[in-house]
Amino acid sequence: MSFDKDQRENQSAQDEPSRALQPGTPAPDFTLHSTPDQSVSLSEFRGQPVILAFYPADWSPVCGDQMALYNEILPEFSRFHAELLGISVDGVWSHAAFAQDRKLHFPLLADFEPKGAVAKRYGVYRRPDGTSERALFVLDAQGMIRWSYVSPVGINPGADGILTALEGLQTKEISQ
Amino acid sequence: MTQESGTARLTLPVGQRDHQQGPVTAPVTLVEYGDYECPYCGRAYPIVKEIQRRLGDRLRFVFRNFPLTQSHPHAEHAAEAAEAAAVQAKFWEMHDYLFEHQRALDDAHLVQYAVALNLDKETFEREMTAHVYSNRVHEDFLSGVRSGVNGTPTFFINGLRHDDSYELETLLAAIEAAMSS
Repeated sequence: MSFDKDQRENQSAQDEPSRALQPGTPAPDFTLHSTPDQSVSLSEFRGQPVILAFYPADWSPVCGDQMALYNEILPEFSRFHAELLGISVDGVWSHAAFAQDRKLHFPLLADFEPKGAVAKRYGVYRRPDGTSERALFVLDAQGMIRWSYVSPVGINPGADGILTALEGLQTKEISQ
Repeated sequence: MTQESGTARLTLPVGQRDHQQGPVTAPVTLVEYGDYECPYCGRAYPIVKEIQRRLGDRLRFVFRNFPLTQSHPHAEHAAEAAEAAAVQAKFWEMHDYLFEHQRALDDAHLVQYAVALNLDKETFEREMTAHVYSNRVHEDFLSGVRSGVNGTPTFFINGLRHDDSYELETLLAAIEAAMSS
């Protein structure tokens, strides 16, 4: 653990927070490929809540893995008009095959070149593994991070935290 | 707003609406969120049976539906079939039958299984066609989502999510630990 930290400090730490960005932080914008010829910018979703789901890798060897689970829960996310974006360091071709195999109905973004650059800006890059953490961010319609959570990498965090955070956004909007 | 790991809790308490085996007064209640077409649930099925055999009246077991319909095209109808059987007082018979035949869960086979279990075929077919129990299955699914179900099968022991393996020795040890705590 301390080795990891030392190594991080030797890197340019300026745009790489040492832990996941916290609620109240504006979400850094990014543009990533979703398919070989299409890209997605976070700023396109201004005006609606966004769920960023960083995950370590495509092809997790269990059924009902995190992305498959979120795929089932999309109708619930839609009730909040929330957009779900999956992000890993896998390339577009891996994402395309994975999304097709699991019948995923939301974009998977390739944080591939420079590798993990977006994960680093959100403070969720695992340098020893070369992948991102299993990390969730819920952004409000103004692009502000309102909830974040880093799960132990072997444990699928489920979706209850996301739904609670989305409900929190609604309550806040009503009371304003 | 933070979320601790390993503290996911069952948000919908076990109650009258649930399919239960074992006494209400048992010191441990094991809840499974499962999918009849999921091979991992199929693997867990005999493990749960063995744990029930070993613990007898000291365990109450509850099964709730969590069909992953995008991965398993027959899971939703299979779940509805078990609920249709429940209304004819044959939930557990159908639950077992489905797990023992989980590679053949298309609609035609579901009707065959209903007949094999001596269900009223006409009622079963009518209710399946009208999807009478789809709301019930969805209620189970949503209660699982809100409780932190993160794949199938997911087990809760006395209301706490079991984040370890569901191999026999591991799951049994976790249940016995809950029993003595």
